[in-house]
Amino acid sequence: MTYAGKVAHEGEDAVMTDSTIDADPFGRASRSDGQLNEKNFRGAPICDGDPFSLETMEDPFPLQREVREAGPVVWMSKYQCWAVAGFQEVKAVLGNWQTYCSSRGIGLTDFAKEKPWRVPSPLLEGDPPDHTQLRAVLNRVLSPSAVKKLRDQFATVAHEMVGDLVARGRIDAVNDLAEAFPLRVLPDVFGIARGGEKHLLPFGSLVFNSFGPDNELRRAAFTGAAEHIAWFSQQSQRENLAPDSFGAEFYASADRGEIPAEHASMLVRAMVAAGLDTTVNAIAAAVECFARFPCEWDKLRADPALARTAFEETVRYASPFQVFFRTTTRPTEIGDVHLAEGEKVMMFLGAANRDPRHWEDPDRFDISRRVSGHVGFGNGIHMCAGQFLSRLEGEVLLTELAKRVERFEICGTPTRKYNNSLRGLESLPVKLLASA
Amino acid sequence: MPNIVYVDPSNERHTIDLTNGITIMHGAIAHGIAGIVAECGGNAMCATCHVYVEPSQFSNLTAMSDEEDALLDSVAAERRPNSRLSCQLKVSSELEGLIVYVAPTQ
Repeated sequence: MTYAGKVAHEGEDAVMTDSTIDADPFGRASRSDGQLNEKNFRGAPICDGDPFSLETMEDPFPLQREVREAGPVVWMSKYQCWAVAGFQEVKAVLGNWQTYCSSRGIGLTDFAKEKPWRVPSPLLEGDPPDHTQLRAVLNRVLSPSAVKKLRDQFATVAHEMVGDLVARGRIDAVNDLAEAFPLRVLPDVFGIARGGEKHLLPFGSLVFNSFGPDNELRRAAFTGAAEHIAWFSQQSQRENLAPDSFGAEFYASADRGEIPAEHASMLVRAMVAAGLDTTVNAIAAAVECFARFPCEWDKLRADPALARTAFEETVRYASPFQVFFRTTTRPTEIGDVHLAEGEKVMMFLGAANRDPRHWEDPDRFDISRRVSGHVGFGNGIHMCAGQFLSRLEGEVLLTELAKRVERFEICGTPTRKYNNSLRGLESLPVKLLASA
Repeated sequence: MPNIVYVDPSNERHTIDLTNGITIMHGAIAHGIAGIVAECGGNAMCATCHVYVEPSQFSNLTAMSDEEDALLDSVAAERRPNSRLSCQLKVSSELEGLIVYVAPTQ
């Protein structure tokens, strides 16, 4: 079940209210406007805002700015957890698994205190050493050179799909393109049988919703989830996966004794759950960005070799994966603030990707900027294992679109999909004006 | 602070004074040296920060991990005995005067 609402202003014209941010994050003053209150929690500013409300999801930028500008770390009173939203801080937390672990869950639920909704994933919710070998196998199977081999098959699908869509002219860029393309190519990559598309996106959306608090969104995601979970469990078994697929390679790895056999099917589910909704959101965001900023589309049309970095800039700018967590394993400090052991730290990836301390003109969508190092795919040992797959999908689609589409025109009111950790559109009515 | 010499793909030399602890890759990005892509942002996943190290200085570097070794097989340009991924090379005083040649493609 998805919640949808009208798309609000993207925040790209918003002006920093404090233009004298000094370079020293320790010197940043507490602010008492907006959702910050006058008190502090162990020396950290307190924010009473709710990143998981529909209102915030409608326009997350004011809250992101407040949390980021208040200080290196902020206490979120509503959820009783810490939050970091600055580029340096988010990168540092993600880069330090020893202090900020995944094994206590990467959502708000602390697995040491509450039962997780499913058996923890040794991949997503694992720390070294348990995580290490599993991740090494994944990195090998999804390596840049392995993914490169998929280019031609992706390009063939893109060519056919874009041709159809340009002929139609008016489309919903979410349903007809952003969802259609990954749904068409990704199952084949992992060897999953076609025909189960209705299960794929809801399964991913459930996982991402599960990272949030026990709110309406999360509860709604679990309703009706049983059939998706059941379908997935079955489809990820060895006998149902196509040979010569990445899924088959996970099983081959298990046969060689590199990973336990039961983890092979888990890896298939993990990759498909993590890899669809995120890429869908990025592709839709790209169309939206190029519709709103036609000068950037002209740049890409003039130089289609920019397609890959254009997709990368979209991931930075739109940050499909917005918020998730780590848990402290020991007492530590961020700035002057002491964190105790066993405390949750919320990371605002989207906010970090627009931190003016790191990015020049961060709210500007600019496909020629130097964008490497953003945290849209995360950072550290858990950095998105499927990033090359995602990039290849985006690059191939944008390359094809750049050849065939002169202009994108939004021709209806876009609606938003709401999710506790993902940000994306539910629908984007667009007219594709064909190139001559 | 050690000086590192980057020779970019168009053969231009850039001598940069870098702080200890940052990686050769980050130094390149921070100083606008052409040819380093670093798609994964320094996480040893993408093999697009490939450099050739001056052969006579190669032994000054910390040893390569198995992961880096495996990744170097994925580089776009020719893998040579003096190939390294620059995100795995940390600047230190031992590297004073290190010369790295940025690979022609990434």
